[in-house]
Amino acid sequence: MKVLHSAPKYASNEGVLDRLSESLSVWLDRTEELHGEIILHAKREAIADVLRLLRDDHDYQQLMEIAGADYPDRLERFEVVYMLLSLTKNHRIMVKCVTDEATPVPSVTGLWPNAGWLEREVFDLYGVVFDGNSDLRRILTDYGFEGHPFRKDFPMTGYHELRYSEDEKRVVYEPVELAQDMRTFDFLSPWEGADYVLPGDEKANDPPPVDDPKVTEKPSDTGAGQAAEEQAEEGTSAVPPDMIEIDVTDEEIAPEPTEDRPDREARKGDVPDTKAATKPEEDDK
Amino acid sequence: MSVHIEESPTTEGDVVTNYTINFGPQHPAAHGVLRMVMELDGEVIERVDPHVGLLHRGTEKLIEQKTYLQALPYFDRLDYCSPLCQEHSYVLAIEKLLNIEVPERAQYLRVLFAELTRISNHMLNIGAHVMDVGAMTPNLWVFELREDCMTFFERASGARMHSAYFRPGGVHQDVPEKLLVDIGDWLDNRFFQLFDDAMSLVMDNRIFKQRNVDIAQVSRDDAVAWGFSGPMIRAAGIPWDLRKSQPYDVYDRMEFDIPVGTNSDCYDRFMVRVKEVRESAKIIKQCIRDMPQGPIASTDGKVSPPKRGEMKQTMEALIHHFKLYTEGFHVPAGEVYVATESPKGEFGVYLVSDGTNKPYRCKIRPTAFSHLQAMDMMSKGHMLADATAILGAIDVVFGECDR
Repeated sequence: MKVLHSAPKYASNEGVLDRLSESLSVWLDRTEELHGEIILHAKREAIADVLRLLRDDHDYQQLMEIAGADYPDRLERFEVVYMLLSLTKNHRIMVKCVTDEATPVPSVTGLWPNAGWLEREVFDLYGVVFDGNSDLRRILTDYGFEGHPFRKDFPMTGYHELRYSEDEKRVVYEPVELAQDMRTFDFLSPWEGADYVLPGDEKANDPPPVDDPKVTEKPSDTGAGQAAEEQAEEGTSAVPPDMIEIDVTDEEIAPEPTEDRPDREARKGDVPDTKAATKPEEDDK
Repeated sequence: MSVHIEESPTTEGDVVTNYTINFGPQHPAAHGVLRMVMELDGEVIERVDPHVGLLHRGTEKLIEQKTYLQALPYFDRLDYCSPLCQEHSYVLAIEKLLNIEVPERAQYLRVLFAELTRISNHMLNIGAHVMDVGAMTPNLWVFELREDCMTFFERASGARMHSAYFRPGGVHQDVPEKLLVDIGDWLDNRFFQLFDDAMSLVMDNRIFKQRNVDIAQVSRDDAVAWGFSGPMIRAAGIPWDLRKSQPYDVYDRMEFDIPVGTNSDCYDRFMVRVKEVRESAKIIKQCIRDMPQGPIASTDGKVSPPKRGEMKQTMEALIHHFKLYTEGFHVPAGEVYVATESPKGEFGVYLVSDGTNKPYRCKIRPTAFSHLQAMDMMSKGHMLADATAILGAIDVVFGECDR
């Protein structure tokens, strides 16, 4: 495929896969090259050996990143992905292995000192255990946090929230209480395989929830027939609304013309709009 | 700071040697919310255990719930001192999966603004570093320049900090010619005068050198083994710069040098950044000089939105606009790791797509993780006061470290 994008260009992948799989093939499940990235799928038990050989024999000196990923549908749901960089060859590869909640992955802290925190992060967020990492504490989540938040089955909102309590003069933890439900919008086109049911559509496949569904198996059930015809022929006296004629004359609708107001006496105060002007006169009482 | 005095059974409480203190998380020199548990022998650091994660917001999990375009602004909020450089990694990762062509003008604009971001980031770090070791004035001066950069971002994108200017397929909007002219003028007439003035106070300053030279020396082998990148690895004498070795966008057409250090100490890291600022200025000038006219976003209507004017004329444009801003575009299944040279080092994005409109997994490689992890190795045997210099020279921002 022709490369159109302008993402970072490093040394060519050509021949790299052959060279690597030649020396590593016993430890590899499979290899792939997609979107210009070389990915080696290593056996979990051999991951440390694969990475050591890559570092020592193939000049991938730097471990830039360890990423976890969760695929709940798979038998072994977690992937641990190691990003390697070769400064001398100017090349990058990814190495990955799979694991589940219980099976530990061999640690590579002995190969790269910076693997320590990276493994702690994968442990913290996914719960993948690393065998040989002597300092597998949580790193990004709160002190005393429970659970592994980046697993796909961990809710976005979490389970606990914290706030500063003015009464207790300290930060308190409480169960999450949402004023409004978490809104998840799925804008995938319905005709392109969205797997949710639109409101109302759930009725389409199920039978109606009544004991005696109304069916029209015989012609008499329809309500049509001789009796209905006769009734129709009699006609009705009703006149369609637009046929009703309204007799309206100008006299009935127009209101009576108002008379002119009778002349009022001139106000007596000195200044027209003062209390004196609006004050009722003594004589009225 | 809370002081915890260890009671030793052998000395019967008389002589106390080592004690543990908390550096941060509310410490002005901790550059954000960093807590370091330090074990001290008198004033000498014996052990440092940095506790990070106090600013963890679960950005990567949030991104999994958003479409590709909606996830973009999260990248501004990671390293809030260099927002555009992080968008750069993300949009390049998407483009790599999509394999779409980005017009030349957009590539030039991206490089220009990425370099302007580098200047703005280094202004903050250089200023903060000198302030950490006691100098006040240079910080105020370089903040002036940072403010100028902010104004330029605002003129291009409408926002001072969280620009969301780089988009998959190009950039959001074209810039007026006047802005390019003004950036050029600013570099010629204002920037270097202020910057050189500020740096002349620091570079040969006796106190500044006493505080930084020979502090936290890291050998070449250690720098490689600990996964250093950016100015940290260059200060160790390794001329490694992703803009040069793995060029993206139009960096391969730019002429610039890679400054390297010789002594691999805090002073070298500082000086590498000072020199980098000059190289960035060179790149910006070349961008302004060579920038062609033309479209600023991909012409693929399935990825980049139509123009306002088109939307009022054609039905297709209106439909595209609606689909792009509700459903978003679909990205072919696959996974890529794309890393660019952010001002702090290698900022990488590992993007897994399952073929839908949302990323299945988006792992962000923060630059600070490797560097901060080496804090223990670097500060062992130094004085407590050196910890601030070391931290300043790492250039750590916790929005990015904790994600």
